[in-house]
Amino acid sequence: MFHNLQEMQHTASLVTKVFIQRDYSEGTVCRFQTKFPTELDNRIERALLEQTVKTLNSYYVEAEKVGGQSYLEGCLACATAYIVFLCMETRYEKVLKKISGYIQEQNEKIYAPRGLLLTDPIERGMRVLEISVFEDRGSSGSSPSSSMSSCSTAR
Amino acid sequence: MSQIQHAVPDGPIRYTQICTRSTSCSSPPTSSSAAGTEPPSCPGHRGRTPRRKWQVFPGRNRFYCDGRVMMARQTGVFYLTLVLILLTSGLFFAFDCPYLASNLSPAIPAVGAVLFVFVMGMLFRASFSDPGVLPRATPDEAADLERQIDSTSCSKPPPRSREVLINGQTVKLKYCFTCKIFRPPRASHCSLCDNCVERFDHHCPWVGNCVGRRNYRFFYLFILSLSFLTIFIFSFVITHVVLRSNRTGFLTTLKDSPASILEVVVCFFSVWSIVGLSGFHTYLISSNQTTNEDIKGTWSRKEGKDNYNPYSYGNVLTNCCAALCGPLPPSLIDRRGPIQADTPQTAPQSNGTGGSSYAPTQLHSHMCDQDQCIQSTKFVLQAAATPLLHSDPVVLPPLPAKPASLGGPCAYLGPAQPTLPSCAGDVLTLRDVAVDSHCHHHLHLHHLHHHQHFVSPEETPCGTPQGALPCPAHMHLQHPAPQVRYDPVTQDSLHEDSVRGLVKLSSV
Repeated sequence: MFHNLQEMQHTASLVTKVFIQRDYSEGTVCRFQTKFPTELDNRIERALLEQTVKTLNSYYVEAEKVGGQSYLEGCLACATAYIVFLCMETRYEKVLKKISGYIQEQNEKIYAPRGLLLTDPIERGMRVLEISVFEDRGSSGSSPSSSMSSCSTAR
Repeated sequence: MSQIQHAVPDGPIRYTQICTRSTSCSSPPTSSSAAGTEPPSCPGHRGRTPRRKWQVFPGRNRFYCDGRVMMARQTGVFYLTLVLILLTSGLFFAFDCPYLASNLSPAIPAVGAVLFVFVMGMLFRASFSDPGVLPRATPDEAADLERQIDSTSCSKPPPRSREVLINGQTVKLKYCFTCKIFRPPRASHCSLCDNCVERFDHHCPWVGNCVGRRNYRFFYLFILSLSFLTIFIFSFVITHVVLRSNRTGFLTTLKDSPASILEVVVCFFSVWSIVGLSGFHTYLISSNQTTNEDIKGTWSRKEGKDNYNPYSYGNVLTNCCAALCGPLPPSLIDRRGPIQADTPQTAPQSNGTGGSSYAPTQLHSHMCDQDQCIQSTKFVLQAAATPLLHSDPVVLPPLPAKPASLGGPCAYLGPAQPTLPSCAGDVLTLRDVAVDSHCHHHLHLHHLHHHQHFVSPEETPCGTPQGALPCPAHMHLQHPAPQVRYDPVTQDSLHEDSVRGLVKLSSV
């Protein structure tokens, strides 16, 4: 994805990346902070991003839920010495596919039109929800090197 | 707000070219100008460029079967385990089972066989699967974290730990210098495998792998079933010897079935440790603790503090069910995934867009991921070699608008980088830019071998014991300073220094 975006630098050059970190207040379950990053203040409405994050969090809760279905799956797998997973997808994997579809849909409908792009957390090791921020149409076209140097000095 | 309103109507036209399909975009795209996005390969080295992520994995792991199998580096003890189990079971089935099947019941070998298959299955599963390794931070993430850390303190050393409240208990999250992340709770960095592992239990040499979130249940089931198998074999071998001795005498029995002695000895000595270990892990599971936490006494009620385990469900049964039958998370490292072809082409095809001042910027801006680290390294090496062939200054392939630095997780050298020494330090220097020294040995070996145009006498002998890059001495001499003087702000100058250093080196 990223290298595609780089190809398009003449129309949309990457300005920065905003990272929404994990929220560990509920233990090790996968959950992202719903705190709105200030860098996106003038790029997207708070409610939209919060809604996206909340939906993602609910998907992860569903994936990691320790309940009837997961017990059944676990016992069946154990009884078959986990061979059953060669043919069947785990519930977690099914939910991850749903999440990936959801993120793509959100990107197409909400984020890309605003010059933002969400990266599926699974591609970042579930550490962060990465939001790539592209050059705002309104600002004059900054050259690639200046945007790079702005990123480098920001470090 | 006006900017948003301004952007949105024009949005679809302007931003449609942003690829929104993350998964499909990881493979060479079909819609975009694909010319520049094929997996880069050096001319003449087509078959040897790493294709899958496991080949560029920065940890100290070994991969087999094209990335399907993942183990620790030291696997000697694992083979010992394998031999012991196979030998003892084999001898049992060969020498004791015929007698037992005919004189007692054929169910005995049948049960034994089922147990044996289960033990082996669990062993392989525990040994070969990803224990829950956390992939290292991308350079952008690491930069973002550094920024956050630096912004919170001015003069004193920046805090490298965060506190979080989990279920009313304060838990400290530590920053991992190697992986450039704040470790999630219960995660720990395994020094043997050089990875952060989620819910790290311990590194088991018998199994040849770390035991973490993803393979703990397999490990537990392995030791549990192995205890049953050991006790089973032990008791039935004794039964066999006793029954036979009653008929033919003890010495004749030993002569007829000599293997029984060996089996008894092996089983006797292993049963204590294996059963003990099973009992210990049963306790850990029921209280939802890891070996790591138990040994450190993280949740023990000492010092009168109101210390309790925030992860426990409060109920032994629930804890057990959660540990053994809970959802199995997928591997986060995607070891068989294709390496994203980020860079357009190799150095010879570069557009020669500038002098040496541009090169560091290019280096600096090169988006780095573990896999792209390789590409960067390759380019740096090629760039270093270029002066040998041309008189032009270092020119790298154009990497338009990539606001990242060289080296992926390699890009940032923490002030007190404890991981510097590995890779014999030479890899670090070569990849410089405060590159993470844990980038794969083999990989660099790979690339050095296949970049003939910069092979110099010092660089050819790649067959050092560690497989590390050659000429550590030279490189170290060239670059003592950057490793010491690291400062996030002067990273640009470091990049320049390193490039110049490499250029100097190659012209020797």
